[in-house]
Amino acid sequence: MPDSDPIVLLKDVRYRWPGRKSFGLNIRHLELARAETVLLLGESGSGKSTLLSLICGTVAAGQGQVLLAGTDLASLTPGQRDRFRAEQIGLIFQQFNLLPFASVLDNIALPLQFAPTRRTRVDNAAQEARRLCIALGLPDDLLTARAGTLSVGQQQRVAAARALIGTPPLIVADEPTSSLDAETQGNFLELLFAQSRAHATSLLMVSHDARLADQFDRVIQMADVAQSLRDAA
Amino acid sequence: MILRLAFASLSARALTVGMTILAIALSVALFLGVEKIRTGAKASFADTISGTDLIVGARSGSVQLLLYSVFRIGNATNNMTWESYQDLAARPEVDWIVPISLGDSHRQFRVMGTTTAFFERYKYRSGQSLSVAGGAIMDDLFDAVIGADVAATLGYEVGAPIVVAHGLASFTEHKDQPFRVSGILEKTGTPVDRTVIVSLEAIEAIHVDWRNGAQIPGQSTSADAIRQMTLEPQAVTAALIGTQSRLQVFGLQRAINEYPQEPLLAILPGVALQELWQIVSIAETALIGVSGMVVVTALIGMMATIFSSLNERRREMAIFRAMGARPRAVLGLLVLEAVLMAAIGAALGLALLYAGLFIGQPLIDSAFGLWLPIEPPTLREVWVLLGVVTAGAIVSMVPAYRAYRMSLADGMMVRT
Repeated sequence: MPDSDPIVLLKDVRYRWPGRKSFGLNIRHLELARAETVLLLGESGSGKSTLLSLICGTVAAGQGQVLLAGTDLASLTPGQRDRFRAEQIGLIFQQFNLLPFASVLDNIALPLQFAPTRRTRVDNAAQEARRLCIALGLPDDLLTARAGTLSVGQQQRVAAARALIGTPPLIVADEPTSSLDAETQGNFLELLFAQSRAHATSLLMVSHDARLADQFDRVIQMADVAQSLRDAA
Repeated sequence: MILRLAFASLSARALTVGMTILAIALSVALFLGVEKIRTGAKASFADTISGTDLIVGARSGSVQLLLYSVFRIGNATNNMTWESYQDLAARPEVDWIVPISLGDSHRQFRVMGTTTAFFERYKYRSGQSLSVAGGAIMDDLFDAVIGADVAATLGYEVGAPIVVAHGLASFTEHKDQPFRVSGILEKTGTPVDRTVIVSLEAIEAIHVDWRNGAQIPGQSTSADAIRQMTLEPQAVTAALIGTQSRLQVFGLQRAINEYPQEPLLAILPGVALQELWQIVSIAETALIGVSGMVVVTALIGMMATIFSSLNERRREMAIFRAMGARPRAVLGLLVLEAVLMAAIGAALGLALLYAGLFIGQPLIDSAFGLWLPIEPPTLREVWVLLGVVTAGAIVSMVPAYRAYRMSLADGMMVRT
């Protein structure tokens, strides 16, 4: 695992929430190697979401460097950052991942719309979506159903399929299992791991649930990497 | 795919989107309908008379003369004497002259006395002549030729007897001299359709026993006796004139207007029509303005709908952002949806217009004598439709810009 080419590298990053005078979040060093699975543990309010936004480039660091796949996000224009995010990262949120009015197939294929390189890795979006659905244990007649009609567990798996399509080098998941019951949770993680291993994809998962820790290559405590200075004025 | 998503998003909000589209459709149908009626009325007016160089009548207003002589709207305040008519007919510039005598009616239709020359000389819709659908033009003193609407409304066929009433809404009928329908004209889309045409002599004949608008008591002349009389009219209402050369039109017009024996008025139908347009143009502009405002109102309604949907769609926009869509793409998506709504609304409005035309055409024709042609959309109408879609896009920029700002601020996380 060459440390010289991490998928994610944050160095001396300082981020200030809008409207605050002091820096709100300081991260000295955070590194995620390629194909590594990392669990980021932290309490709510510890700046996890902000950290993910920094990695995804939807917020810009006030100081320091955020490197995604070796590229400094600050060197990109906002438009380029959006494109770059689409190319490099598959995202899964806690809930409300899908466009409820669109079909499952369209939901899964959506990131390809904004990521030309990922699109070239997929010959046939419908076929690939079907393959992912089957791999994630979804019945393939679900593809044409409207996403809003699915159960929460099914929706999360569709979100996983969407994150995996076109094999981006990094999957970022923000508490993807917190809305699932224990059994579905384990199931879901297993499927996610299997898929990420099959394609040597890095996985950065944020959670407050320490019980998941033993399934990951590495566990990072939010408190160890980041200094949250929420109330410093 | 983006288009499919936009459609799916719209159909997920079918009710509000449907209402918005309906409002746009109705406003577009109204706007185009007003345009149709306006241009249809103009065309129908302009098509009513052609090939006539001058219309002559007693001195009044030129628009008034045009209206009563050609359109059977309003009444003549005065007649021109038969002597003046003959004087005019004898002038060298005059190629042909057709007298028109109005003032009587049959049921709700006006009776016009004229000569058989009318059927040769009267032209409508750039040079089309009247033609007889059934029977023949009048031959006998008591023959009448009726327009297509008269025949259709009253159910007359060739040979049917008709009674002419004196005046326009009078109960005194000229029962003594019943007429016979000798011919029915083809539909023309002009006031001729709603006219009963008899000979000039017939007009005199039915007034033989009348003086000053009332029947002379006890006096009744039989039809046969009338046939023996020389029925020379005292006066006619107006006359249509064709000149030998178009160059003579203005000279003749001046000569008639300065006719020393009687105050007469000669008008060029086209010029009088222009005057008429000037009179109605204010109302026309007002009508266009009002119907245009209705379209604007519908578009503002759409803008309000988009605005009110923004908050509930924040998450949707965040998903688009997370998937790599730029804020600009979110803006584009909202504008695309507005364009779709406006386009569907415009298309539906066009469909409504045509449906309305199909249903309303015969009704408008029989009620107002206005024949609205059902034609493919004109270039102007296509521009109007494109204008509505463009205006929809522009109007939607306002809420779309707000969505842009929101999604810039929210990024991919929606704080709930």
